[in-house]
Amino acid sequence: MRTSLFTMSAAAGALALTLTACGSDGGSDGSNAALVGEGSGDSCVIDAEVPVGAALSLTGAAASYGESQRNGLELAAKELNAKDGVTYDLTVEDDQTDPKQGISVFEGFVNDGASVIIGPTLSNTAFQAQPIAQEESVPVLAISNTADGITEQGDYIFRDSLTESQVIPQTVTTAIEEYDLEDVVVMYSNDDAFTESGYEVMSSALEDSDTEVTDTLTFSTTDTDFRALLTEAKTSNPDAIFVSGLIEAAIPLVTQARELGIDVPIIGGNGFNNPQLMADAGDAAEGVVVGAAWNSASDNPQNADFLEAYEKEYDSQPDQFAAQAYTGMMLIDTAVRSGCSAERDAIKEGLGSISEVESVLGTISINDDRDAEHEAVVQVVKDGEFTVLK
Amino acid sequence: MQQLLLGLSIGSIYALFAIGFTLVFGVLDRLNLAHPSVFAVSAFIGIELVEVAGLSIWLTLPIVAAVGGVLGVVIERVAFRPLKNRPDAHFAGLISSIALAGMFIALLQWRYGPNTRRFPAESFPTTTYSILGAQVTVLQVAILLISVLLMVALTLLVARSRLGRGMRAIAENPTAAKVLGINVDRVTVTTFAISSALGAVAGALFAMNVNSAQLGMGTAIELKGLAVIIVGGMGSLPGALVGGLLLGLAEVFAVQYVGSSWRDLVAFGLLFLILLVRPQGLFGARKVREV
Repeated sequence: MRTSLFTMSAAAGALALTLTACGSDGGSDGSNAALVGEGSGDSCVIDAEVPVGAALSLTGAAASYGESQRNGLELAAKELNAKDGVTYDLTVEDDQTDPKQGISVFEGFVNDGASVIIGPTLSNTAFQAQPIAQEESVPVLAISNTADGITEQGDYIFRDSLTESQVIPQTVTTAIEEYDLEDVVVMYSNDDAFTESGYEVMSSALEDSDTEVTDTLTFSTTDTDFRALLTEAKTSNPDAIFVSGLIEAAIPLVTQARELGIDVPIIGGNGFNNPQLMADAGDAAEGVVVGAAWNSASDNPQNADFLEAYEKEYDSQPDQFAAQAYTGMMLIDTAVRSGCSAERDAIKEGLGSISEVESVLGTISINDDRDAEHEAVVQVVKDGEFTVLK
Repeated sequence: MQQLLLGLSIGSIYALFAIGFTLVFGVLDRLNLAHPSVFAVSAFIGIELVEVAGLSIWLTLPIVAAVGGVLGVVIERVAFRPLKNRPDAHFAGLISSIALAGMFIALLQWRYGPNTRRFPAESFPTTTYSILGAQVTVLQVAILLISVLLMVALTLLVARSRLGRGMRAIAENPTAAKVLGINVDRVTVTTFAISSALGAVAGALFAMNVNSAQLGMGTAIELKGLAVIIVGGMGSLPGALVGGLLLGLAEVFAVQYVGSSWRDLVAFGLLFLILLVRPQGLFGARKVREV
């Protein structure tokens, strides 16, 4: 019995080794000829399926974002695969909102020969996981990371999501002008890289203005009872409250503020940018101001098609995360087709040279820092919908 | 004044949660770490009842309590009873209850997805009263009343009823209780059921109070619940009540007087301080080791 068990496990081990070996010559050396096609642009034809890996937070604290992103990616992949020439083999893996898990998902993609990796959802995880791909020269497209320094991690790291420092200053300036703000209170969750960096940008934008910050209050990402903080905020009688927090905090925070009789505008960071805010906070969400990288009301043709297709596919409204994910997949397609090659270095070149591409997010370019550039929009909730402020 | 009311209302939910937690611990000497998952499950089920079945809040709460009771029975049967005769039953039960909690949450996510949910807006009167300049909602008053009512009922149950006598006998000495003809298994499972029913009501009330239910809401309150039962004195019901209120008040006053960043530090620091002064907890009896 003992011998046979030993033999079996040895055999299994040998088998596993063989499989790993098979898997790794699929392109980790970046020389899989089948990934190079013929033609260019729309006429580009690549025989092999292009392996694309996406590491998203499908469970854990950021799961609501991850789900939107998966929807956006899968919708885009479906549309792209319906076109001739290039087909994508999209694999979505769960990083569990955990940097450690993010690292192993990235390692898996790198070893399995992914041409390009999308994600991960949170900046926290991105800082830990993306260097894995950089070391192995695998291009990464971040579709939701907004913290500073993401693309500074290496020349293979790109992103299509505007940073906090691109969106928030515009939001702050517009809100100050529009509501004539003199004294404001700032609240943020200080145990998350995304909300903390959002706060820093927010705070420096406020410093540059004539508006005075009378109080700064912190909470934790898991908090749901904000009454004590809001009561404290109320004592300084502010003209507005600026908040850097995730949507999970936004809903109870906004509701409780209105319940305590705080009627001033509440100005949120990117985390507030989710239709769930209106769905769940109801009337309390009226007057909430949110800066966004995606204008859901935009009537450019790409966006109109996207809205319709998304609604048809998932029977719900897309949010910014879905829009950025969808655009990310489309940008990868543009990059692949530009050199008609899905080899890692070709995609890297392609992403770097994206310029003035029409997309769901508007006219988008990738700059020399490998960050996306396109117009942001400041929205305010009115009659249960995001509308453009001003 | 506002902060005082807030502290009492959030503190009463902590207390309700902790009382269920400490009941199992005090009577059966088992730490049931599936308790926090009951907190989350019941909130989601309560929302489902109101949203889909269209039940009123007043009908929903008793049903949620009943569902909690059933979960308590499941927890006892699955996570604790099969292990009860093992020499390491305490530790094994602790771990298997964590495992069961993970399964509950996974089921919850499979059923409801990762998004936060909430009770429909119109399901509860949103009337706000102004008392001495402080805003109080009907809901907050109701939470306070329901919590106190349940705690009094439980205390009476333990002190007066036949079941309560059985519980106290088991807490004293399970073997002797069995010799005296007490059906230990039945009292055990009933204790779990009551404990989880309280946790379930606390979960539903918490979700109403903050207008949000999340998969991780049990984990967020778990540590606070443990802190409350340790400060109150392990297994002491009045201890859990006072401990819960104390923690709620400590949190809100820390925000007001010390600064929001220091809230947890102050609240938990206070708990350490209490334990330094009174290691057995506020209401705990000093355990004497018998040789």
